[in-house]
Amino acid sequence: MTERVRVAVIGGGPAGLTAAAALAPSVAGDVLVLERETETGGIPRHSDHPGYGMRDLRRFMSGPEYARRLTRSAREAGALLETEAMVTGWAGPRTLEVTSPRGRRLVEADAVVLATGARERPRPARFIAGDRPDGVYTTGQLQNLVHLHHREVGRRAVIVGAELVSWSAVLTLHEAGCRTVLMTSEYDKPEAYTAFRVPGRLAFSVLVRARTRVVAIHGKGRVTSVDIENLDTGQRHRVPCDTVITTGDWIPDHELARSGGLDLDEGTRGPRVDTSLATSVPGVFAAGNLLHPVDTADVAALDGRHVAAAVLGHLAGEPAPGGGGVPLVAEAPLRWVAPQLVRPGGPPPSRGKLLLWSDAFRTLPRVTATQDGRVLGRTRLPWPAAPGRVFRVPFSLVAGADPAGGPVRLTLA
Amino acid sequence: MITYDVAVIGGGIVGSAIARLLGGADLSVALLEARGDVGDGTSKANTAILHTGFDAKPGTLESRLVARGYHLLGEYAAATGIPVERTGALLVAWSQEQLDALPGLRDKAARNSYTACEIVDAAEVYRRVPALGAGALGGLTVPGESVICTWTTNLALATDAVNRGVRLLRHHRVTAVHQDADVTRLTTTAGEVTARWVVNAAGLGADRLDALFGHDRFTVTPRRGELLVYDKLARPLAPCIVLPVPSSAGKGVLVSPTIYGNVMVGPTAEDLTDRTATGTSETGLAFLREKAATLMPALTKEEVTATYAGLRASIGRDDYLIDLDAGQRYLLVGGIRSTGLTAGMAIAEHVAELLGGHLDLARRAGLPAPPRMPNLGEAFTRPYQDAAAIAADPEYGRVVCFCERVTRGELRDALASPVPPADLEGLRRRTRAMNGRCQGFYCGARVREIFEGEKE
Ligand SMILES: Cc1cc2nc3c(=O)[nH]c(=O)nc-3n(C[C@H](O)[C@H](O)[C@H](O)COP(=O)(O)OP(=O)(O)OC[C@H]3O[C@@H](n4cnc5c(N)ncnc54)[C@H](O)[C@@H]3O)c2cc1C
Ligand SMILES: Cc1cc2nc3c(=O)[nH]c(=O)nc-3n(C[C@H](O)[C@H](O)[C@H](O)COP(=O)(O)OP(=O)(O)OC[C@H]3O[C@@H](n4cnc5c(N)ncnc54)[C@H](O)[C@@H]3O)c2cc1C
Repeated sequence: MTERVRVAVIGGGPAGLTAAAALAPSVAGDVLVLERETETGGIPRHSDHPGYGMRDLRRFMSGPEYARRLTRSAREAGALLETEAMVTGWAGPRTLEVTSPRGRRLVEADAVVLATGARERPRPARFIAGDRPDGVYTTGQLQNLVHLHHREVGRRAVIVGAELVSWSAVLTLHEAGCRTVLMTSEYDKPEAYTAFRVPGRLAFSVLVRARTRVVAIHGKGRVTSVDIENLDTGQRHRVPCDTVITTGDWIPDHELARSGGLDLDEGTRGPRVDTSLATSVPGVFAAGNLLHPVDTADVAALDGRHVAAAVLGHLAGEPAPGGGGVPLVAEAPLRWVAPQLVRPGGPPPSRGKLLLWSDAFRTLPRVTATQDGRVLGRTRLPWPAAPGRVFRVPFSLVAGADPAGGPVRLTLA
Repeated sequence: MITYDVAVIGGGIVGSAIARLLGGADLSVALLEARGDVGDGTSKANTAILHTGFDAKPGTLESRLVARGYHLLGEYAAATGIPVERTGALLVAWSQEQLDALPGLRDKAARNSYTACEIVDAAEVYRRVPALGAGALGGLTVPGESVICTWTTNLALATDAVNRGVRLLRHHRVTAVHQDADVTRLTTTAGEVTARWVVNAAGLGADRLDALFGHDRFTVTPRRGELLVYDKLARPLAPCIVLPVPSSAGKGVLVSPTIYGNVMVGPTAEDLTDRTATGTSETGLAFLREKAATLMPALTKEEVTATYAGLRASIGRDDYLIDLDAGQRYLLVGGIRSTGLTAGMAIAEHVAELLGGHLDLARRAGLPAPPRMPNLGEAFTRPYQDAAAIAADPEYGRVVCFCERVTRGELRDALASPVPPADLEGLRRRTRAMNGRCQGFYCGARVREIFEGEKE
């Protein structure tokens, strides 16, 4: 059974819902959002604390409220939202295999928007040795357990990572009656420490150990302790705890991007896109944290708004951008840049910004763009660049690139 | 209290296969397992290869039973739906010395009655496995080596046993043994069990149980094997099993596809003393990462989705130790170290032969058909892909675990099966739920809720 739609959006998180809301009023035909969970909204559904909606809705609200709001907007705009519908693969360049309780079917679309988000690396991917007891979770699973399923967690938690999301874990644990006894970070400065601001700030202090790694987890049925190591001195000791949360260390949910044969970026590990958010496959676009693991939800949502123009152009029969364009390359300690391709005549990126991820801390970062040895631009930012969160530079930095020249290199000083 | 004709101790693959076979005769049989689930010991954590036995020590009992088990389990898998992928293996030589050893290995295979091996040159090695690291000099093909699902194998055997009337007693750890004139009384953590005959298939615990029968003939040394499992997106890199040339240290580190569509690297081999040390070690993981990087450099760019360790029951000799003590009405099955998944059904057959002189093992009429097991194999149709199954029962279209595409219907079926899981780990082994790359980020909470909801 094959169903035809104008646009299929894969993933009903902030990016997908916002893309659908932007597209539905202008598209003659169906804009179908396929979401595998029982509710649309993506990660904010279970991220039950304020901090959502600033840049896109100019409001400050909780994750679940934000998820409901974006869902309503998409629906009111005329998009079709289908939940418990998982896209499991491709049957053609823009034909999707979909499983839902309503059946197994193919959905053929004129345009596809991938908005499948990103997830945190779980414990095995971090090579933490030891036993495999209960009580080891990612933040995502923790918040699912606590906010959606009202589960108990333990009493004493160690948090691996000190990114923005790690503090979200602290809040959730606190709410569940679990004390965070330690946060570890492998960087010299805790990633989000200086940058973390929530209204009312945290009324409790958490010990953060920089340059520290959790090397092993102990416990037969339930976690009983972890071993930590100071990366500089090699000194180790054991920290009793009953819960371990592995936070951050994001990886895009890129399975469909890979199985669809899209070009991937080595840095983000998501699909390579140009400033219009077109991927390497004509008619296939991408938005949200799949492209930049991870930025805040409002930025993901604004990608969704941004991608609409290119999708509409494609539906109107504008030719696919084809080859060409100047690649952007992030040089260490920058890990990645998004988007990665500037095409002649292409639009500026979403919000006129390039997103960057740094593996090193810089108090007053300076970013320089060079092409074929020529400096295209330099910018100095008034706030720090820190591992564990995106920082943004104006697109004007690279706008003067020679379309016929070599790759533009971005360096951080 | 009932006195069983036979009590089989140990619900691993070996004990389950024995119980199943004895359950086919007109006998009352109990299967005692210390843990809350069958298949929760070494049988759950191995490399899951259906071995041809090409590299066994010729002339040993192991050589004979592995070869026989290969066929028995292959046939049983076809009948029950245990997934098997006939990938074949390629043994790769990385040095001149190893290259020189290949003809000897081929001859040894022939002495194990396996004649399908062929020596191939380096070009052919890379044609078969293009992602292999640099430096391979040649190889030996072993077309019969296959990958199988060890979890389903154990569960099928235990389910079949239960369907045949075997009494499965979980949470029954045998702690003491009293032998009377014609019955043996087993003290367990859940009360006493009496039986006329006892079969010891206790894996890592077999020597201690043997001591309870008054013997002092072997010691089990747990030999840890650690493994890395790479993301399913890496699967195209490993079209077949890549074996090293075996050395005195053991079979060595292999790269293998798994039946679930992943790529596995391991195992290590390290003798320990603690028989519960199924955790992984820093050195083991670091060693395997390095191995992976040389054997298949492209793996370094892929995600690891699981790490685990299993303990081989090594007994310091090169063969199985299977021995009947008719006076004690006691049979020991010991030292089933690194081939027991494959050999399990043949071991059961051998055990039946030994017992045949004392018990009437004629097959009883009207045996139930072997169970049809849910398919966990990636290469075969799974419920989420099956339009007809979903149309008949929408629960097979309700995907709960996204990474492994496990549906609500499969979770429900596992929880309602004749040998239901005791915990989330057991549910994972029966369905693959939470076994994927996110390790529960998305579905962990929901799976737990379903598990607890259905158990009530
Ligand atoms: C613990 C935590 C706390 C956070 N706190 C904040 C905060 O305070 N403020 C803030 O702005 N941001 C916060 N974030 C980040 C924010 O949640 C993300 O930026 C945002 O959710 C990204 O949106 P997205 O649409 O790209 O992806 P997601 O929200 O991940 O949505 C992707 C959706 O796609 C669906 N999907 C994936 N694959 C398929 C498929 N094959 N078929 C069908 N559906 C599919 C998924 O089920 C999911 O619903 C937090 C994140 C976490 C984990
Ligand atoms: C790393 C590794 C890789 C391997 N790879 C392969 C392979 O690729 N192919 C292959 O064919 N084989 C392989 N093997 C070997 C295979 O896994 C084993 O030979 C097989 O699982 C042994 O099964 P078993 O039933 O004897 O032991 P187990 O599965 O350990 O079962 C023994 C059971 O007895 C129970 N028990 C112990 N003491 C008592 C007591 N006192 N009372 C009650 N119950 C008790 C235990 O709880 C346990 O469940 C591998 C092994 C390892 C460790």
